[in-house]
Amino acid sequence: MKEKKEKAKQLKSVDYSKWGYLFILPFFLAFLIFQLIPLVSTVYYSFFEYYRSGLKVIGPNPVGLANFKALFESDFLKYTGNTLILWVAGFIPQIVISLLLAAWFTDVRLRIKGKQFFKVVIYMPNLIMASAFAMLFFALFSANGPVNHALVGLGILKEPFRFLSSVGGARGLVALMNFLMWFGNTTILLMAAVMGINPSLFEAAELDGCTPTQTFFKITLPMIRPILVYVLITSMIGGLQMFDVPQILTNGKGTPDRTVTTIIMYLNNHLFSKNYGMAGAISVILFIICAILCLVVYFTLNKDDTVHATRKHRGKEARK
Amino acid sequence: MEVKTSKVRTVIAYIVLLILTFLCLFFFYILIINSTRSHAQIQQGFSAIPGKSFFINLKHVLHDANIPVLSGIKNSLIVSTGAAILATYFSAMTAYGLYAYSFKFRKAAFIFIMLILVMPTQVSALGFMRLMDNMHLLNTLWPLILPSVAAPAVFYFMYSYMQSSLPMELVEAARIDGCSEFRTFNRIVLPIMKPAIAVQAIFTFVMAWNNYFIPALIISENKKKTLPILIAALRSADFLKFDMGKVYMLITIAIVPIIIVYILLSRFIVAGVALGGVKE
Amino acid sequence: MKKYLKAGLVLVLALAMVFTMAGCGGSGSSDSADGGAEGGKGGKTLNIWCWNDEFQSRFNDYYPEVKEVADDKSTTTLNDGTVVKWTINPNEGNNYQDKLDEALLKQADVDDEEKIDIFLVEADYALKYVDSDTTMDVKELGLTDDDMAQQYQYTKDIVTDSNGVQKGTTWQATPGLFAYRRSIAKDVLGTDDPDAVQEALADWDKFDEVAAKAHEKGYKMLSGFDDAYRTFSNNVAAPWVDGDKVTVDANIVKWIDQTKTYTDKGYNNKSSLWDDTWNADQGPKGKVFGFFYSTWGINFTLLGNSLETKEDEGGKAEVGNGAFGDYAVCYGPQPYYWGGTWICGATGTDNADLVKDVMLKLTCDKDIMKKITEDTQDYTNNQEAMQEIADSDFSSDFLGGQNHIALFVEAAKNIDMSNAGAYDQGLNESIQTAFRDYFEGKVDFEKAKANFETAAKEKYPELKTFEWPK
Repeated sequence: MKEKKEKAKQLKSVDYSKWGYLFILPFFLAFLIFQLIPLVSTVYYSFFEYYRSGLKVIGPNPVGLANFKALFESDFLKYTGNTLILWVAGFIPQIVISLLLAAWFTDVRLRIKGKQFFKVVIYMPNLIMASAFAMLFFALFSANGPVNHALVGLGILKEPFRFLSSVGGARGLVALMNFLMWFGNTTILLMAAVMGINPSLFEAAELDGCTPTQTFFKITLPMIRPILVYVLITSMIGGLQMFDVPQILTNGKGTPDRTVTTIIMYLNNHLFSKNYGMAGAISVILFIICAILCLVVYFTLNKDDTVHATRKHRGKEARK
Repeated sequence: MEVKTSKVRTVIAYIVLLILTFLCLFFFYILIINSTRSHAQIQQGFSAIPGKSFFINLKHVLHDANIPVLSGIKNSLIVSTGAAILATYFSAMTAYGLYAYSFKFRKAAFIFIMLILVMPTQVSALGFMRLMDNMHLLNTLWPLILPSVAAPAVFYFMYSYMQSSLPMELVEAARIDGCSEFRTFNRIVLPIMKPAIAVQAIFTFVMAWNNYFIPALIISENKKKTLPILIAALRSADFLKFDMGKVYMLITIAIVPIIIVYILLSRFIVAGVALGGVKE
Repeated sequence: MKKYLKAGLVLVLALAMVFTMAGCGGSGSSDSADGGAEGGKGGKTLNIWCWNDEFQSRFNDYYPEVKEVADDKSTTTLNDGTVVKWTINPNEGNNYQDKLDEALLKQADVDDEEKIDIFLVEADYALKYVDSDTTMDVKELGLTDDDMAQQYQYTKDIVTDSNGVQKGTTWQATPGLFAYRRSIAKDVLGTDDPDAVQEALADWDKFDEVAAKAHEKGYKMLSGFDDAYRTFSNNVAAPWVDGDKVTVDANIVKWIDQTKTYTDKGYNNKSSLWDDTWNADQGPKGKVFGFFYSTWGINFTLLGNSLETKEDEGGKAEVGNGAFGDYAVCYGPQPYYWGGTWICGATGTDNADLVKDVMLKLTCDKDIMKKITEDTQDYTNNQEAMQEIADSDFSSDFLGGQNHIALFVEAAKNIDMSNAGAYDQGLNESIQTAFRDYFEGKVDFEKAKANFETAAKEKYPELKTFEWPK
């Protein structure tokens, strides 16, 4: 034992930093080769007038911050609001259900028959292509679709509700489809995180007489915090950059009255004329918004635990 | 008392799970039903009753020389498998590099990757296509596989997972035992990361499998087309040939392989690979 | 934060320099291919770009020089050894145009073997290509007015640029008619005779009167908001755009007013083209008076929708199966067309002679045109050939024995597309989208106008001002 500790001390003095560089090298190489130039040009052209009129290329002419100015004079705030509403409406049920399911699936004391089956099924909607999913939604929620038939048949509605023509209906469908497509995904992430927790912790909790609720809040949640932060941040990025579901469900129109137009859909409108100036400016602004929000979330939630603190903490817990 | 609450809990759990299961499977059900209906029937709207056109639709899809289904499945498998392997392995490696070693640019590298994660990529699609053209990689599958080496979202997950499940003591123990750094990573770290790798492998695989936009820009040759491009091709058919039955049939065909892959990989998550963590 | 921004900016600028330099290198390296001296010699590959296999099957079936077709249909070999290479990219996500644009912009820099020789365009966006130097004057290719004398004028107008130069040609004509339910017409007008019904629907005022009568009897005049749109938009007084000014035509506003009235009074079923309500309205249980449909729509879409038991399900296309035989066609209030695919010769082609021959055989040859129509029921762009079919004792059981080809022949002559413009696709789409909210009662007229202008400026940054009729 003593010997080992000595050796460990020796090892600590060895310089491992070159390994760090080596391990992260492939990532950065691939990024440099495949993604850097297109990404940088996105930022670069945001300072130019650069679009196509038909096939005729206009520009690139440097225009300083004119694109950004035009952006803030447009309805950009409205689209940001739309995006946030759509994201929150889908994300809240998603995270609640996912946490619930992850807790249930990993709770040895809760005996559910067919657990494996349920675990497999919840992810299945994500396997369907978004465009195919949307086709099914159209059929289900159309004015003469089964949902309206049922609602009218049961006497809940007098006449068919035109889902995609009403603000609430269209936003609701976008949120529902996002929820269905992504709750399984989130559940799986959280489950994987819960399973990474040292089982002896749960055993100890059970011996100490913790209720399932206590175990969940006192052990599970704190232990999976890094993954929770991951889920929150990636979902926030995904939410702010939401595109495919509202795009397909509204045929790219963001109707009614542009209330389902998200930021990226707005950006996409500019790509009709390959307007890299405006599209680039939107990208840059969105990037800044996303980055600030992510930094805030990341540092608020990870405030007390720098990497090393977590490790020490964990070590202690495990030893108990 | 305790028995009672746990019973209530079980009942609630069953109700919630059954509702969710219904929602999830219902879409598969109508997808499959639609693949058995004829174009004209599908146009008229929803039906829960299967039609009689399953084999006609299947025959139409398989006999269309412009829609090479088999090579489509093959290409999709190559791209998705390649992307899943590269993304998970190299992301785990990058995450480990930043998690286990301290070096000068460590924090900068981490922030840099997070910034890439946050950057919207819609605008860069045509630029990427042009770049691949300059590298003479159009109409090859490489541009759909190789960029997965730099997958910031997968990296971030691996990093978070390491934070919650990979104790440095384990790594240090391996070093004391004289393992080289690569060996430690491959033999000690990767097995611990199995659930995380399985999860991200599934996600990457599915995303690559269903991806249309970038592959459609890169690939023009029929023999190289992936399934979503073939589905889109059926949807742009002219009035004489436009056939929703065919479209739904191909969508159904395209879903079968990912279900298989999903069920295979999900064993790693579902069966509950119990992680010892630090066993002392 | 500031520090990061500064560092970021430096990085961006540095990379931008690298990027622009790389860009220069790209366009400068074209010296070898730019010569084009051996232009007339002819390469061994004819590259054809399209978005589906419609033209491919016409070509393989009807171009006389075809020797053999590859098993996977990716190439077609001609008698003289030329290999036709098919590049088919789907429309979805604008994929076809995105890739075509990229390829055309670097057309001068690539080897002859890779140069696009022929590409296909749809009417909606034809002028985007026609109004640029990527397409070739058909006369320069060698087609004469005589060759194209039998083609319908409107099919030439659509691919004529702002200088009056025709830069494409087509084998299809797609004149539109108004297809109505005989049983409903009898109930509403007391007759289902096409001439009498046409008399009752001869202009928009009469059309509106019939709509009111139909409503009293419990029918809808039209199914959706956009059913009649083409009929209005094909008859505008001037193109959408002049310079940087958009002029909303009086006829478009007429469509807005009519559709708003129909929606508010319940004369339509609030559907959209191609949605399931629209399709179901054409079926046996439909209560809609009629549909604006062109050539292809009647024999395929409408017929398919009208059947109670679909053909793939064992049903027969015959009287007694659903609404088969209960439809008839008349001209309707104004002439219009719907659909069509045009062939363009790409500037820089190394196979100009062959391109000309393809155009000549597949769009000007009367016998081939007639054969295509007889084989596929695709209405073709040759007045003489179509007249011959119309003069025969042709009759359609689906339309209760009517000879609808005769009506197509007449309708096609009256279509005037001289006001087609490069902005049609985007602006037609935007105005329909913006005013749908108005029809549905979600926004007022002014808001819909503003939404249209916003969308138009997004699509076309060069557009500055908008003028609406008073």
